[in-house]
Amino acid sequence: MSSTDHIVKSFDEELSRLSDQISRMGGLAEVQIERAIESLQRRNSEEAAHIIEEDMRIDELQVEIEELAIQMIARRQPLATDLRATVAGLKIAPLIERIGDYAKNIARRTIALNQNPPIKPMFTIPRMGRMSRGMVQDVLDAFSNNDLAKARAVWERDAELDDMYDSLFRELLTYMMEDPRSITSCTHLLFVARNIERIGDIATNIAEIVHYQVEGQPLTEDRPKTDEASVTVVDNN
Amino acid sequence: MSEENTPKEVEAAVETSNETEVAEAHSTKVNAEKVNVFYGDNHALKDITIKIPEHQVTSFIGPSGCGKSTFLRCINRMNDTIDICRVEGTIEIDSRDIYDRAIDVVQLRAKVGMVFQKPNPFPKSIYDNIAYGPRIHGMVAGKTDTDELVEASLRRAGLWDEVKDRLEEPGTGLSGGQQQRLCIARAIAVSPQVILMDEPCSALDPIATARIEELIDELRQNFTIVIVTHSMQQAARVSQKTAFFHLGDLVEQGNTEQIFTNPEDKRTQDYITGRFG
Repeated sequence: MSSTDHIVKSFDEELSRLSDQISRMGGLAEVQIERAIESLQRRNSEEAAHIIEEDMRIDELQVEIEELAIQMIARRQPLATDLRATVAGLKIAPLIERIGDYAKNIARRTIALNQNPPIKPMFTIPRMGRMSRGMVQDVLDAFSNNDLAKARAVWERDAELDDMYDSLFRELLTYMMEDPRSITSCTHLLFVARNIERIGDIATNIAEIVHYQVEGQPLTEDRPKTDEASVTVVDNN
Repeated sequence: MSEENTPKEVEAAVETSNETEVAEAHSTKVNAEKVNVFYGDNHALKDITIKIPEHQVTSFIGPSGCGKSTFLRCINRMNDTIDICRVEGTIEIDSRDIYDRAIDVVQLRAKVGMVFQKPNPFPKSIYDNIAYGPRIHGMVAGKTDTDELVEASLRRAGLWDEVKDRLEEPGTGLSGGQQQRLCIARAIAVSPQVILMDEPCSALDPIATARIEELIDELRQNFTIVIVTHSMQQAARVSQKTAFFHLGDLVEQGNTEQIFTNPEDKRTQDYITGRFG
């Protein structure tokens, strides 16, 4: 439904502010993902340390957004779309904060990885990184614009990210079996890949929240999921 | 058929005793079909069709002048007292048309009680406020009967403990909240089946309001309640079914939960979110 203005203008202003702050928080998280992957590829520990520091700004925004949403509930007693928007904001803020944490974690792993010589060039990880960043960007766009189709596309795209993670998992297992000296580095990379895959999962959680905000009903379908990594076994022979 | 309840049966039993009751599961107490009301040439209500479920609270919401109070007054034919008011269409209670010639309107108004926005106790003692109705309806035989009925009604309205030692004092000497509960007790005393409430808490402070809301929740075990209210939050709190009126039309009706979280009509959405210009 199209939105007419509230009779009380400050209510409109608060709702706008909530949406803007979520976009800002999301933007910061996207940049953190991008920089984390770059610092990993370039083996840049200084850049990685900077990313770890910057995560604090995302945490601060989460506190601000949650406070704003709580105030709105107390003051405005929102109903219908306003209520769903406020609740959506309350639910999305901690999700973005976790995305930031995953990016920070990737930066930490980068610093650890840089203690060891580089292993074979990994194309899959930067590809996964770009994909997850794209998913976060698209889903937050969808949230700002109540774009159900866009949210759903993100929701479905996660299957591809899961597939990439599954094949990377196998690849890293075989490297470790070929050369035990690479085990430390490969294990760190496994965690990096896992973090990126989790960022994709969170993007789908946000997509489900967008669905609820627009439709007023939760999304009850099962997401197409191919999480084979958790049951993958590679022969030792 | 098994003697013990299977897990499925237990689950089903728990679901139906759940707080969020579905309005459709209750039988219909009041059935209105294509009701049109005119004040002279002014077409105040247009083709109102609604089923009021038994033992539930139904709330009517809408901006001032939308017709919700007018419709409320149709249910106990209070509009009969207004000369220029003309009612068309059907209103049935327990499948009997209340506008049928054979209906005794006085009996109807005992069966369908009303509580108004401004508490209006009779200029009588607290005791006589309650006793008046049952006496004139011949519902009580003597003093003992009357005493019991007065006490029962005041207890049900949550007022007994506060007034039991001063039943001879005038009803008008009570606080606003107490007066309103007195009016509810008065309505209950004549054994109604439906209680109509027209903004019963508008004149009351938040604590008195909360007590009335609590009372409404208890009363619906035994009565069918229809409440007109300007407070969206109150409607959301006390009712199971909500109907939104606008400019004489019944725009939308449904489960209270659904109306307030996900209304279908834009007008409903605009009204409840405070977007009406």
